[in-house]
Amino acid sequence: MPTEQLSERSEGARRLENVVIRFAGDSGDGMQLTGDRFGAQAAALGNDVATLPNYPAEIRAPAGTVAGVSSYQLHIADHDIRTPGDQPDVLIAMNPAALKANVAELRPGGVIILDTDAFTVLGLEKAGYDVDPLTDGSLDAFQVHAINLTGFAAAAVADHNLKRKDAARTKNMFALGLVSWMFSQQIEDTIAYLHKRFASKPDVQAANVSALRAGWIYGETTEAFANVYEVKPAPLPAGTYRHMKGNKAVAYGLVAAAHQAGMPLFLGAYPITPASEILHELAALVSNDVRSFQAEDEIAAIGAAIGGSYAGTLGVTVTSGPGMALKAEALGLAVIMELPLVIVNVQRGGPSTGLPTKTEQSDLLQALYGRHGEAPMPVIAVRSAADGFDAAMEAARIALAYRTPVILLSDAYIANGSEPWRVPEVEELPFIGIDLATEPNGVDADGNPIFLPYARDPVTLARPLAIPGTPGLTHRIGGLEKADLTGAVSYDPDNHDFMIRTRQSKIDGIDVPPLEVDDPSGPPGSGADVLVIGWGSTWGPIGEACRQVRAEGMKVAQAHLRHIVPLPANLASVLSEYHTVLVPEMNLGQLAGHLRRETLIDTVGYNRTRGMPFWTAELASVITRVIQGIDEDASGAAGTKPVGDVGARLAAMSEAGAAKPAAHAGTATASQHDATREAGR
Amino acid sequence: MSTVNGKAEEPVDGASGRRAPTVADFTTGQEVRWCPGCGDHAILSTMRGLLPALGVAPENTVVVSGIGCSSRLPYYLDTYGIHSIHGRAPSFATGISINRPDLSVWVVTGDGDALAIGGNHLIHALRRNVNLKILLLNNHIYGLTKGQASPTSKVDTIGPSSPFGSLDNPFNPIALALGAGATFVARTIDSDRRHLTATLTAAAAHKGAALVEIRQGCPTFSAIPRQPSRAAGQTSPEEPDNPAAPEHGPIRLSPGLPIVFGAKEQWGVVRDPSTGELGIGHGGDSRVVVHDPGTQNSTYAYGLARLAETSLAEPPIGVYRSVSQPSFDQLYQERLATARPDGRGDLRSLLTGSDSWVVAG
Repeated sequence: MPTEQLSERSEGARRLENVVIRFAGDSGDGMQLTGDRFGAQAAALGNDVATLPNYPAEIRAPAGTVAGVSSYQLHIADHDIRTPGDQPDVLIAMNPAALKANVAELRPGGVIILDTDAFTVLGLEKAGYDVDPLTDGSLDAFQVHAINLTGFAAAAVADHNLKRKDAARTKNMFALGLVSWMFSQQIEDTIAYLHKRFASKPDVQAANVSALRAGWIYGETTEAFANVYEVKPAPLPAGTYRHMKGNKAVAYGLVAAAHQAGMPLFLGAYPITPASEILHELAALVSNDVRSFQAEDEIAAIGAAIGGSYAGTLGVTVTSGPGMALKAEALGLAVIMELPLVIVNVQRGGPSTGLPTKTEQSDLLQALYGRHGEAPMPVIAVRSAADGFDAAMEAARIALAYRTPVILLSDAYIANGSEPWRVPEVEELPFIGIDLATEPNGVDADGNPIFLPYARDPVTLARPLAIPGTPGLTHRIGGLEKADLTGAVSYDPDNHDFMIRTRQSKIDGIDVPPLEVDDPSGPPGSGADVLVIGWGSTWGPIGEACRQVRAEGMKVAQAHLRHIVPLPANLASVLSEYHTVLVPEMNLGQLAGHLRRETLIDTVGYNRTRGMPFWTAELASVITRVIQGIDEDASGAAGTKPVGDVGARLAAMSEAGAAKPAAHAGTATASQHDATREAGR
Repeated sequence: MSTVNGKAEEPVDGASGRRAPTVADFTTGQEVRWCPGCGDHAILSTMRGLLPALGVAPENTVVVSGIGCSSRLPYYLDTYGIHSIHGRAPSFATGISINRPDLSVWVVTGDGDALAIGGNHLIHALRRNVNLKILLLNNHIYGLTKGQASPTSKVDTIGPSSPFGSLDNPFNPIALALGAGATFVARTIDSDRRHLTATLTAAAAHKGAALVEIRQGCPTFSAIPRQPSRAAGQTSPEEPDNPAAPEHGPIRLSPGLPIVFGAKEQWGVVRDPSTGELGIGHGGDSRVVVHDPGTQNSTYAYGLARLAETSLAEPPIGVYRSVSQPSFDQLYQERLATARPDGRGDLRSLLTGSDSWVVAG
């Protein structure tokens, strides 16, 4: 059937502001590809999109079991969104296990599309169903569309000379075609994608295209669906956009950084989930002056990257928590040698192998403190998939300008999630190049010119970098303590103390932008009583939750920390303006503890480590409880737990003059407080 | 040429317009802090003499080391250098070498650094044939940490951590390097300046990974077996006419010459024609092997490396293997060149991609 006929719109599509769709199937069913394509189609249509892939650690967990279910959730909207949504409105279940693993989260009244071909006695048994859910009434609360997706797909590709098993594997494209039709999406981009992806396998290529089209036509020609839906484009600022995954955004940010520094990019990496994709992306970009090296282990990966930095490239290494642990000693070396280096940690559930494919924010303290000796390093966190680009550029800027290793924290949710990204003009990217030393910068006792590798820039405290090949500037650096200026080995006690303080001062003095607060009800001190502050990927859920709370008529402020080392200079003064500071984190309070240490301000924590991002509704509920707790406090209601009183604490601080008078002086409990229990989930 | 880093100006080389480098050019002002009598002094002195002769300017030479007595060496050579962390020198050097094929990159390491904590990096640098000159200063003991048994200490070595004698079998660095696929493997000794110089010169000329084991003792913490090692002890009666007797001294391997040794060259390395195995025979035997380090198959070199463990008091010194294979930096640069046949990629087109869309303002 010609493509043109496919693109005809059915009349009377029901308009939705947003919808959450989850594709779920066996880990071999191609759900990640299906979801990714659906997201790309929606993005190309102009929707705002946020995605949440979720898959098991095993490449092929036992087929048909709940443990082997892989899913991909998408939130598409006609307005600005920041999360992949909480409960799906639509669930596509390719087998009984996928239904079983996901149906509990489906919104009541939601749509289920399932593949009847998989609902066999054996299939039900593997999924752990004693009774067929299609017949026992357990799905009555949903709109169920039981369709033989596999059967229709196999029939659609019958002419393509595929083995029966391969024919059946096109069922995901049939499903994608069907759901695309249901949501009034064009499939041309996906057809083009399939042509490219399977260019070397013409039969497979043709079969997948046929199955995709057949699914679309099936939707159009049957009357299985009462409604067709449409999500209108979201109003985005003018520009060129791309559907961008977090790992790819970080990779591109690193490439752009090296380009803007006028240096080759050199990546030393060892494969590790969920960071390997950055290695894969960069390995393909040879023509953009990217050099990648797959090392024999995590230590060699950072070693090679440090060697690359010493040799005049922008050295980068990418890893996840266990790899960070192995790199710790080399990080200390990079600190004392004062070489530029970017270390990307795509966090996953820990400790140890933990939950390798799931998200968590539990490596913050490792990033802040996980080295021997006084080894300060800047720490920056990515807040969303598209933000990976800017965050990576910022990490590289600091690494180069201050000659320091920089840790860039991402996480599995950001890494695999995707959203529209406005492609920057190359001209608008900052120039971050540095001048390499080419001439001696000092004289010895006899007045001869010499190179002093540890003579510092008076403003940034950065040391001069002379790369091998530069005549007259030969010098040795290493892990032993350096004498100030000359860099010679020094065991002098005062010099050691001086160098430790100097390295710390250099990091403390890095220019980072001030903390900004988002509060429509007013600036700090005159708006909301509650500030929700986060770092990393909780930016999205916190932002959505604040919007939801405000829509219900309450006041709440949001702030986000991109720079965690050093912290914005105005942090303490901003935090002190609020009665309560709430810190939701996917760990047990690591940022909260750091804030306490750095500002002497106690916060209220909300902490979950379930391997999944927060739900908007969940955080909105927590925020609401905290706000209401304050109101009850103020009215003197009995039986309420007091939340931490920031004003009282500040009064006890030595810098009390800077503190704002307590708004609720009656409550003086200053203990760190955990909203997790109150949230009751 | 200005005078820098405290060096006096010297005559300029007519051809290059720059004066030829001298020993002084490769000498730093740092005080050398090895124990008196340590072979490291001789190795440093050899390096300072050797590097100017190689014709590579100090600024194009990088020396990377790990941790241990031997790893202090870069501080005393006025080149670029990194005194890195324990065992990891090959990884830093690899990052330098593949990005900068214009540089002469040396790794200085020891038996603990290279074979214990850094064993993984050593074998991978060798298998990749990274263009590194690796000097493995093998004194058979941990000196800097005060005398513990190392991976090359003989069985039953007594030290503070093995008061009743060590239990583990030592590595044979030559055999290990050959097993990792090293393209240049040599052994020399710190006490023979000429042999040391010749061996390091050959290593420097090799394109690819060159491993040179420099055997030495430690004047402070000698690796003293509680009793003669099992291998030597059980098979070496101290008769002067036995090849395992120390009196016969080291066997020198010279390309193209038969491998004979002993005061009267009465002994020789012979190959069993039926099994191909190497053994010890009489110097005049027609089966005496003519040394050929260029043999592609490393079985011969491996047999030679293992020979000393069973039949000799001292292992042969010289170049065991020297074969030509593309070096990693060369392959890497070729890959970079062929992977971008259309020249440099454009950042704008990379960022925009083929799947972007435009939102009108």
